[in-house]
Amino acid sequence: MARAMSSPHGGMRGDGKRAKAPMKTLKRLLSYAFSRYKIAMAFVVLFVLLSAGATAIGAAFFAPTVNELIITPENPVIDMDIIYTNIIVMACVYVAGGLSSFAYNRIMMFIAQGTIKKMRDEMFTKMQRLPLKYFDTHTHGDTMSLYTNDVDTMRQLLSQTIPQLISSFLTFLFVFVLMIVFSFTLTVVILCVFVVMMFTIKSIGSKSAKYYSKNQTALGKLNGYVEEMTEGQKVIKVFCHEQKAREEFKKLNDELNEAGKQANANAFILGPVSNNLGYLQYVLVAVVGFILVITGNQAWLLSGYLSAKGLAGTAACAGMLVSFLAFSRQFNMPIQQVTQQFNAIVMALAGAERIFEMVDTEPEDEGGDVTITYGEMEEGKWAWKKPNPNGTFDYIPLKGDIKFENVVFGYTEEKVILKNISLYAKPGQKIAFVGSTGAGKTTITNLINRFYDIQSGSITYDGLDIKSIKKDDLRKSLGVVLQDTHLFTGTVMENIRYGRLDATDEECINAARLANAHSFIKHLPEKYDTMITGDGANLSQGQRQLLAIARAMVSECPVLILDEATSSIDTRTEKLIEQGMDKLMEGRTVFVIAHRLSTVRNSHAIMVLEQGEIIERGNHEQLIAQKGKYYQLYTGAFELD
Amino acid sequence: MIKTLLKSVREYKLPSILCPIVMVGEAAMEIMIPYIMTFIIGELESLSGDASYAIDVTKIILYFVAMVVCALFALFCGVVGGKLSAKASCGFAHNLREDMYNNIQTYSFANIDNFSTSSLITRITTDVTNVQNAYQMCIRMLVRAPILFVASIVMTCLIEWKMALIFVGGAIVLGLIVFVCMFKVIPHFKTMFKKYDNLNSVVQEDLTAIRVVKSYVREDKEIEKMKYATEEVYKYSVKAEKILTFMMPCVSIVMYAVIIIIWSLGSNMVLGTVVGNVSAKDLQTLNIYAMQILSGVMMVAMCLNFISLSRGSMERICEVLNEKTTLPKPEAPVYEVKDGSIEFENVDFAYSQKADVSVLSNLNFTINSGETVGIIGATGSGKTSLVSLIPRLYDTTQGTVKVGGVDVKNYDMNTLRNKVAMVLQKNVLFSGTVAENLRWGDENATDEDLRFAARQACAEEFIDALPGGYNYDLGQGGVNVSGGQKQRLCIARALLKKPNVIIFDDSTSAVDTKTDAQIRDALRKYAPDITKIIIAQRIASVEDADKIIVLDDGEISGIGTHSELMKTNEIYREVYESQVKGGEE
Repeated sequence: MARAMSSPHGGMRGDGKRAKAPMKTLKRLLSYAFSRYKIAMAFVVLFVLLSAGATAIGAAFFAPTVNELIITPENPVIDMDIIYTNIIVMACVYVAGGLSSFAYNRIMMFIAQGTIKKMRDEMFTKMQRLPLKYFDTHTHGDTMSLYTNDVDTMRQLLSQTIPQLISSFLTFLFVFVLMIVFSFTLTVVILCVFVVMMFTIKSIGSKSAKYYSKNQTALGKLNGYVEEMTEGQKVIKVFCHEQKAREEFKKLNDELNEAGKQANANAFILGPVSNNLGYLQYVLVAVVGFILVITGNQAWLLSGYLSAKGLAGTAACAGMLVSFLAFSRQFNMPIQQVTQQFNAIVMALAGAERIFEMVDTEPEDEGGDVTITYGEMEEGKWAWKKPNPNGTFDYIPLKGDIKFENVVFGYTEEKVILKNISLYAKPGQKIAFVGSTGAGKTTITNLINRFYDIQSGSITYDGLDIKSIKKDDLRKSLGVVLQDTHLFTGTVMENIRYGRLDATDEECINAARLANAHSFIKHLPEKYDTMITGDGANLSQGQRQLLAIARAMVSECPVLILDEATSSIDTRTEKLIEQGMDKLMEGRTVFVIAHRLSTVRNSHAIMVLEQGEIIERGNHEQLIAQKGKYYQLYTGAFELD
Repeated sequence: MIKTLLKSVREYKLPSILCPIVMVGEAAMEIMIPYIMTFIIGELESLSGDASYAIDVTKIILYFVAMVVCALFALFCGVVGGKLSAKASCGFAHNLREDMYNNIQTYSFANIDNFSTSSLITRITTDVTNVQNAYQMCIRMLVRAPILFVASIVMTCLIEWKMALIFVGGAIVLGLIVFVCMFKVIPHFKTMFKKYDNLNSVVQEDLTAIRVVKSYVREDKEIEKMKYATEEVYKYSVKAEKILTFMMPCVSIVMYAVIIIIWSLGSNMVLGTVVGNVSAKDLQTLNIYAMQILSGVMMVAMCLNFISLSRGSMERICEVLNEKTTLPKPEAPVYEVKDGSIEFENVDFAYSQKADVSVLSNLNFTINSGETVGIIGATGSGKTSLVSLIPRLYDTTQGTVKVGGVDVKNYDMNTLRNKVAMVLQKNVLFSGTVAENLRWGDENATDEDLRFAARQACAEEFIDALPGGYNYDLGQGGVNVSGGQKQRLCIARALLKKPNVIIFDDSTSAVDTKTDAQIRDALRKYAPDITKIIIAQRIASVEDADKIIVLDDGEISGIGTHSELMKTNEIYREVYESQVKGGEE
């Protein structure tokens, strides 16, 4: 019961699709979960077997005990010894059964919990290595629910459904064999009803699954609507749009209600249907049995069991029928249990499929074999370490010389974003990009750190093709302040230190001073130890940018990329941090993207981009003298957005 | 709390009441059927004991018919009950969602600030689902299980009251075990849920900041964090589930113990060594009742536990339902806004009553109808707060704000907000076409009206260039247009309201200076009577205003025209210089 509640904050996913290749997924899931726990799993099967056996044996002792209590010509006196023996055996069997079920549940719990922990860790580790393209094409909500909803269905499958299935299957098999031994005829009768039952269950089950998937779709739509509208709730208020919002919500809510009703009704019906069909089956078997017994058609009833015991006749048959009827109840039990797990299986497989899809996504490549070293070439200096085929290494000083040659790039094959871009940045130079949204400014910076790979042309870094550099090391040499500032849960200090993990407290505070963040941090309740939560929701956009700048300052990278780094800082504050920014850029190669032309004016070179092409380049004075696009922008004669 | 929630049952009261009743019907059959079975078995056993036993065929046929009838009736009840419970629980959830959403629509800005967006979404979706499950469980089980329990006890008493005593004893022991386990397990679950939240936030954070993570090559650090989070979840899940896996065998051992006691005692009763009225076939019946009684106890315990686990969800839902709007309605609302004049009299404002720091203090100024007013100030100086008071998005802590000569508190809310349009700083477009989004301003606007508003907002040109023009789909949150285009669409949308006052809260920040000027020109030309209030970072945006208010730390540092302020106001001058001087170096 607690399981159903286990994702208090997991969103529902939009599509309620069922698994495409359920058997393949199941196989993979099982091997994923159990390959680590082969021995444990063997014990689980053993204990399940013991427990199922105990139930069956316990039940088997009922009949002889009852018979012993009834005085018949064959059983003239009640032998209390037999009864007590039976009861003691039953007690032992039950205790053994209870202990085995405890054992397998315990082991299975550890397997399930261990597996889902491993699964979450591996998914996350894998996710860190996925290319940005993955994050561009999957919504956060969908990815989040892999970790919550989908993993949770997995837990239910592993810890409950699978042992249940094993146990049910064993009981089913066991009882089935017993039934055949007792009476072949009656077993055929049971099988007939069984087929009808399966048919009914399947039809209700698939109906339920169909509506369930509809329900998920409706839920997804409603969630989407609530998400979008709540995000814009203030706009709704300002425009007095409340009534309209209510109406639209009502429509979606009604749809969900309808689908939910159908899905749940079908799921709820499943239990009573299979249960009561079981009763009808019981009656049918009893009727057939009675007729055969009364009419004396005992040959039909005669079975291996009775012949082996040398028993025949009405009395023996009647006794056998009693046992058989008890079996028929037992035969139906596992069917009902499996029925109840039906939805769990469908959901878990769909979830597993989504998880595997993510895990199977091609990861980002590691890049080349050139690494970055500190102090190896020369004390206190950074250098690239390039391995030669003969096992020796070349050291190339890290300077920050970046060159683009005829670079062509598009996020997809069909749509080219950058057409034939060539540019260079000498160490210590400040290069600015100016242009409308979609002109390709941010794209250029995304290519330097290999967030995306170019289609043709080349980008070199200190003369090395960036593809020959190990990706991690390449990125370590680039400091970035992005347009959308993101902070992490943790203290202010930890967030600044994110730039360089071994930075001392002094270095971090110093960076904060330079970024002009020190003055507001001072006023925070715990100063540098103030916790930042929810992506810095307690800070203003401007303050967050200042922290991001401090973070970049700490990183001490030879190359800096500032993508609209000061866009949310008002001009007066920007003026205040100018000194700090100058200090930050000193001796570094800097790429600046800025909306405010005042920010880029003192660059060594300004590139004006339009539709993926550099249409003008030069420093401020040259561009003004050119009286081209830049001049128009600068004088406000042209729109930038 | 439960009372608040149950108010939402409404039209689903009937199925909610009928469902348990029907369930009782099914439960009754659950008791009847085994009872009938014992008769059938009894006949067979007599036959097996004595082959010459004369079977009363009519009696047997009667048993069969009774059993078939019972099974069919149980089937009927089960199906109807299932449908009813689905109808009742889904309907209840439906109403809860509707009530929550409708109440959210009455929220003021202050209310909205109380809840984060993501928490509102969770409350409407996941929390409602949890409550729905608990409710469904209640109406299906909470009546059925005790009745099954009592009926089984009664039936047992009919056979032998001593046996009933054993059952009651077993039930008490079982109840105690379940209760103690639950008592121990719930705190673990609560901790586990918290750890679960942590895990979610690690993933969430990593997803949103993936570029930062990759840029700084901090993947390993993130993986470290995740490992810690999953470890914690693992630890507490195991703690909780250990108790649960311990509970189950305990429960079954109690069940079996009861059965064995019944058998030992029963056998002796059959023999007559112990006084009691039990026959051999009664023992089998008792067996079945034992199962039913004990599973009834389990059911109830589980149910109660389920409810207590969904308590958190219930509380969160109630918070939304009970939140009352912070803006009381006037008793005799005014339905007309005379003109666009605005007056602030000794206005103080703080976002929270408790907060000791005022965001705005002692503001006094008047704006005449049709004037253009600029507001300048550093981030956090209170610009947005000031303008929010005009359409009464918040109430002042002290002093009055008047629009058209009437205190904003006396207006009908819709009237006021329709006449005071506001282009928010964090503006949002919604999924749908350009035209649909613009019609937020005026549902009945003709295409011509849309065009005119777009022209004023300098948006006409780019809208025409969009594939499909006004029918272009903007995508969720308006992702398909650029920042500047989005802002201009928002301006056009606000203009369509034909307001008396229009407020631009830094809403041309992504528009270049030239277009910015064009928009202002258009407004001056087409809407001379509208009072225009412009919050801006750029001095250029407010330079030619009739009046400029300079805010500093919630107080007015100066009011006047550009040239006046240049002379008298140091802050204004500083801002001006930071933007202009740079251009002349």
